[in-house]
Amino acid sequence: MRSIVLTKGVPDFSEGAVSFDEDGHLERGKTPTVMNPNDEKALQAALQTKVRHGGHVSGMSMGPPGYGEVLGEAMEEVYADDLYLLSDRELAASDTWATAITLCTGIEKYADEIGGVDLVFAGFKTADGETGQTGPQTCWGLEWPIVTHVLALDIDPDERRLRAKRLVEGDRDEIETVEAPLPCVVIADPEFSPTYRKASHRLTHKRLRAETRERAEEYEEHMTTWNQQDLNLDPEYIGLDGSPTIVSSVDPIPKAPSEREATVIEPGGEGMEELFGEMNEFAAARGD
Amino acid sequence: MSTDLASDDAGYEHYEAVVVGCGPGGAAAASRLADHGVETLVLERGVEAGSKNVSGGLIYAEDSAPYTIDDLFPDFRQEASERPVTDYRIHNVSGRQVKSYDLTGLHEHDTDWCDAVLRRPMDSWLEDRVHEMTSETGGGVLSGVRANGLLRENGEIIGVTFDEIDPITADVVIAADGVNSELARDAGLMDWEEPEDWFQGVKAVVDMDPETVNDRFDISEGEGAAHLFSGDLFSDVRGGGFLYTNEDSLSIGTVFHLDSLVEEEAEPHELLDALLTHPLLAKWLGDSYDEREYSAKLVPDSKKVALREPYRDRLLLVGDAGGQMQAQGPIIKGMNHAVTAGALAADAVALAQGEGDAEAAGRRYASMLEKSGTMEKLRPKRYEYSSRVSERSLTTRAVEGVLNSRVGSAAVGNRIADRLLRRAYNSPGLVGMLPDTETGYVTLPSIIGAEHGRTIHWDNEIEPPSLADRIGDLTYDTDVGNPHIRLRDESFEASGAAVYACPVSAEEFGGGCYRSEVVETNGSEERLVSLDTQPCVECGTCAVVADTEWEHPRGGKGVEFREG
Ligand SMILES: Cc1cc2nc3c(=O)[nH]c(=O)nc-3n(C[C@H](O)[C@H](O)[C@H](O)COP(=O)(O)OP(=O)(O)OC[C@H]3O[C@@H](n4cnc5c(N)ncnc54)[C@H](O)[C@@H]3O)c2cc1C
Ligand code: SF4
Repeated sequence: MRSIVLTKGVPDFSEGAVSFDEDGHLERGKTPTVMNPNDEKALQAALQTKVRHGGHVSGMSMGPPGYGEVLGEAMEEVYADDLYLLSDRELAASDTWATAITLCTGIEKYADEIGGVDLVFAGFKTADGETGQTGPQTCWGLEWPIVTHVLALDIDPDERRLRAKRLVEGDRDEIETVEAPLPCVVIADPEFSPTYRKASHRLTHKRLRAETRERAEEYEEHMTTWNQQDLNLDPEYIGLDGSPTIVSSVDPIPKAPSEREATVIEPGGEGMEELFGEMNEFAAARGD
Repeated sequence: MSTDLASDDAGYEHYEAVVVGCGPGGAAAASRLADHGVETLVLERGVEAGSKNVSGGLIYAEDSAPYTIDDLFPDFRQEASERPVTDYRIHNVSGRQVKSYDLTGLHEHDTDWCDAVLRRPMDSWLEDRVHEMTSETGGGVLSGVRANGLLRENGEIIGVTFDEIDPITADVVIAADGVNSELARDAGLMDWEEPEDWFQGVKAVVDMDPETVNDRFDISEGEGAAHLFSGDLFSDVRGGGFLYTNEDSLSIGTVFHLDSLVEEEAEPHELLDALLTHPLLAKWLGDSYDEREYSAKLVPDSKKVALREPYRDRLLLVGDAGGQMQAQGPIIKGMNHAVTAGALAADAVALAQGEGDAEAAGRRYASMLEKSGTMEKLRPKRYEYSSRVSERSLTTRAVEGVLNSRVGSAAVGNRIADRLLRRAYNSPGLVGMLPDTETGYVTLPSIIGAEHGRTIHWDNEIEPPSLADRIGDLTYDTDVGNPHIRLRDESFEASGAAVYACPVSAEEFGGGCYRSEVVETNGSEERLVSLDTQPCVECGTCAVVADTEWEHPRGGKGVEFREG
């Protein structure tokens, strides 16, 4: 079993870490980069697969050299064997489409040169873009099946199939079980929870953790960087030029007025009318 | 809704040996099993071994023991213990009067060495060693996993069931899960019925930098002090106190007979405070008092409950789980016996390998406990004789009467008596027979204190933290909505004793586990007890003194001791 986990760095949006300028724009330079929070679930899904079925896990990311640290963190969490960073100035300002093409090419190069890939894991949505597109687009490029919103995962290595429980339309009460052949792309849901009900799995988990601890401290020695030349990417498809997405403008979210007025509206028909009236007025005043 | 997909295809996993609990007993058993090349899996409910454990803290290496902890873990003393005991005293207290005896003789009898320990650092160190050793034979240690019962087939024990993982079958199961062993109870080998069978220990770890420890106890680096306390310090509650020096802290605590706590309706934390605030302790505590941790645990009384045949089918009980905790008068020996028993159980398993019947290992183990003299220490035959005489309340009352009379006091109080007493205290045989009555714990020591003692004139200024602060300083990972103890009978008659005997509850204290209130029903008043397990320190007391359904919390949940 060989898996690749896709992960990426995002600005640390947590209280105290994130920094905005006066206009409310994010100051990237002043905000530290951390691993995309949802990717943790992708890592957990990959780790569960490695613990239960053995094999090799590689972490992969596209981004500036600074993302190496994020990959190092990923190594610690997923007990990854090695790391691949797709990094080149030419790749800057890629949208989800250009990113997916780059990742796809990276995965294919990996499959050709390192070893055939059975599973690609990705997290659900990044905390900065919030599009949720990169995973599916990468899968489209690979022409593999994809299973999204995965809550639980089991793999039958002999049959080369996976079974997954997935959320249907984000509703916690509607869970379906699906099967798919390998290779396959798996998008872990933020509610994914790994389970280790077998003692032997827990022992393996513990052994992997001990083995990884040292490796993760020197993660750079286990990281391969591939640039545009290595990947042999068509400049038309990557970076800013290859990105069809146009962000027209970013609206700052208005700050809540510091002194709020509260109007208490009684429930009932009249109350509702009053409420809608108030809301209309408010919207008009804001110019929506 | 379960989102687990794992197919339970292959049935149960099997290991040659499963050890439940990674305290001294479990660690000894597992390391010895690994020596024998037996595939051994150890399951420990704490996030890390030691996070659930409390002891006063002296671990003994007895000359006569077939196994000591450093036999099994050669680096133990360098890596896992605090200070060796080089100064050993007992203080008989009567009010402000104190008579101290040097107990070094008693202490050194049959002692190769003896070190103070703190259980979190000690047990977590042992866990790492045991994991290394058992990994070699295909096993290992898993923490955060709680055994919740025995797996049976046609009525015979074949393995163990757990909260966090699937059941496991094994050729042999060693229950080293401590006092309140759920496995021993499930096997029908131990019950939690009689307060007379138990002690309750309560302890505070007090911060103190190493130089201050050396200064105040007049010791150097690499030396340590042990002090015991008895007398009227604790009113009429039968038990005593201890103070041991660690590297950079003190362990100060009390150990009382549980039945006496219940009878006297005593509050354990107040008894501890009575010790902490006694003028005698002022010279050691100084005027600033920084308590790092408050903890408590039940302790079995081996004289009454050590099982002569601690096994059933392929289940072997080791340490506190089998009642192997010896109170030799004021000296408490549990850890060392757990180590001995664990190693012997492992040897028995290795010897019995290949013998067809399930109880072969158990029988060998019981016979090794007997032949090595371990059982005689734990459950001396002469105690069974002497207790019949000395615990009979009529005799006790007569002796008390004489002692309390002027003649009696004078007899104990004369100079020759002083010499004799010093000798008596240092005689292991006599001390071991100190009857478990007020006479031994309270009357005699306080007469000694009053007759021979000198008066302490200075005051003790320290203020121990309130119960609320003590609870507030502990670390908990509460299993919200899943309490591990349930009250079966809410009436005060059935469960009221827990309101005071629980070390984190008190009358008139709303922040503890047990509370009592008077409720009016149909015009008549009824006193009821309610329970909130959040502040519970998992000592086990209410399993005995109240009518409860008592289990330990799931793996990793509940209280987490950092010192122990
Ligand atoms: C206040 C006090 C003072 C003491 N003073 C001394 C002293 O000075 N010297 C001395 O030798 N002894 C002393 N003792 C007694 C001593 O602590 C015990 O006898 C000793 O710890 C017994 O060792 P054990 O291995 O049998 O059990 P424990 O040390 O209790 O270990 C049991 C282990 O099993 C784990 N466990 C329990 N249930 C489960 C489960 N269901 N599933 C998985 N794991 C489980 C626990 O977390 C724990 O790690 C004292 C005790 C107290 C309370
Ligand atoms: S609730 Fe019971 S087990 Fe918990 S601390 Fe109180 S007496 Fe001990």
